[in-house]
Amino acid sequence: MNNNLYSLIGLVAAVCFILALKGLSSPKGARRGNIIGAIGATIATVVVFFYNDPAEGGLKNLPLILIAILVGVIVGVPAARKVQMTAMPQLVALFNGVGGGAAALVAIVEYLYLGDKASGGAVGATVFTVLVGCISFTGSILTFLKLQELMTTRPVVFPGGRAVIALVLLAVLGAAGWVGVDKGSTSLLVLTVLSLAFGILFVLPVGGADVPIVISLLNAFTGLTVAATGYVLDSTLLLVAGTLVGASGTILTRLMASAMGRSILGILFGAFTATPQAALSAADARPVKSGSPDDVAILLAYARRVVIVPGFGLAVAQAQHTVRELADLLTAKGVEVAYGIHPVAGRMPGHMNVLLAEANVPYEQLKEMEEVNPTFSQTDVALVVGANDVVNPAAKTTPGCPIYGMPILDVDQATNVIFLKRSMRPGFAGIENELLYDPRTTLLFGDAKDSLTKVVSALKVF
Amino acid sequence: MSVIALLSIFVLAVFVGFEVVSKVSTTLHTPLMSGANAIHGVILVGAIIVAGHSDSALSLTLSIIAVVLATINMVGGFVVTDRMLEMFKGKKKPTAKEAK
Repeated sequence: MNNNLYSLIGLVAAVCFILALKGLSSPKGARRGNIIGAIGATIATVVVFFYNDPAEGGLKNLPLILIAILVGVIVGVPAARKVQMTAMPQLVALFNGVGGGAAALVAIVEYLYLGDKASGGAVGATVFTVLVGCISFTGSILTFLKLQELMTTRPVVFPGGRAVIALVLLAVLGAAGWVGVDKGSTSLLVLTVLSLAFGILFVLPVGGADVPIVISLLNAFTGLTVAATGYVLDSTLLLVAGTLVGASGTILTRLMASAMGRSILGILFGAFTATPQAALSAADARPVKSGSPDDVAILLAYARRVVIVPGFGLAVAQAQHTVRELADLLTAKGVEVAYGIHPVAGRMPGHMNVLLAEANVPYEQLKEMEEVNPTFSQTDVALVVGANDVVNPAAKTTPGCPIYGMPILDVDQATNVIFLKRSMRPGFAGIENELLYDPRTTLLFGDAKDSLTKVVSALKVF
Repeated sequence: MSVIALLSIFVLAVFVGFEVVSKVSTTLHTPLMSGANAIHGVILVGAIIVAGHSDSALSLTLSIIAVVLATINMVGGFVVTDRMLEMFKGKKKPTAKEAK
């Protein structure tokens, strides 16, 4: 195929990606946008097989490449199809990580291929891609482990951690300079290993609540590595696609951070400033009022208006169907039911909307924070299902606590508050919630789904 | 292509990227992130190009791994995004009718 025609088709694919991002930004066009993106990606992948390398002619190793693609499809599609709704955030993190790893590998192979022919710009772009791609790879895998709770979700801080991170960062930059001067393969190997290590160190001190923002940031990083690879391979398509993702990912990261009242710099440099958190002690001994499923059922049945506030606990327990059953039962009894959705409830923005949509919760019952907050004062019962940080008044009252300044759902304005919780453990951000000790608060301990099932059967008896 | 031409494309693409997602409701943050994630799976194109001119066993091994990883990123990314969005759609349509 003529290489001009090849570039032209690449341009078509790039336009598809722009339309895809545009579509994904509006509720109406979202699904179509995603399909347009997939079409663009398919066009780009098919057409590359007709690419004529200026130096080498057509592609070699075709059978192996096709087998590799097949393997990728066999691994990727079932993973995406079968994943539980609750595990989607970590799957996205994992996909992002392998993308970053792929970009780093492409840069390494091209660097070995070019050898002495590599221009200064190409070496610079290679260093950038290897460095950032490796950080994205190990960083994303670590966020996956955190979200999957295969490791602690708390910030991991060890004595001298800051010094270690700073030293490794210096070493990474040193190795990057070394590659630039020496253009050898040993220096590149050192850079690769150090960057992989830095990716781990960079995500370790990030507290659970900030993990989604970090995923979004790493996503933007991976986009930039793809752009840099596009520069090395002289591919406009990769340059445009990578830059688009890098730019939109940065904006998205900022939007997410502002929804949580966090600053990106604060999170980025959190790695350098994180201090071991003070042990939660004194508060733990105070009495709380815990109730039985029957108590909860009575409170709910005699309420005029109930607002359900779902959180990650709902996702963990897969309780979305049970919560809907409860809501339907209450509605049938004449209780007005609404869901108060905090923008960052769960582990990712929009997590709760996705989850409740799965259970076919009527759309008009889902209220966003701005809409539901003024109504809490006329609400008899706020039923908090597995949420904690997003209703923690400390965000308003305790300057200096990690979530201070984050907008919260004002459930403390409701006449009664019911918490369905697994334990007294603080939420993802690791902060004590004063509301749990409030006399108007009733706690029902246990797995959210079990608790809700018991409440539902208690309600049916009425 | 000249460095200036590539730089121009880069800068213009940055602005396009900023513009297209400047206003997004929080509900769509997760699907948008996931969709953008799938788009950078197009690194597959780069992986195929480098695999296509690999001669040494090392280069070929690394680039074939890159092809596998990039395919997982791209294909898995689009499928998982579609699954997320499918749920939004399935919910909105019937309720819109009921409301009328």
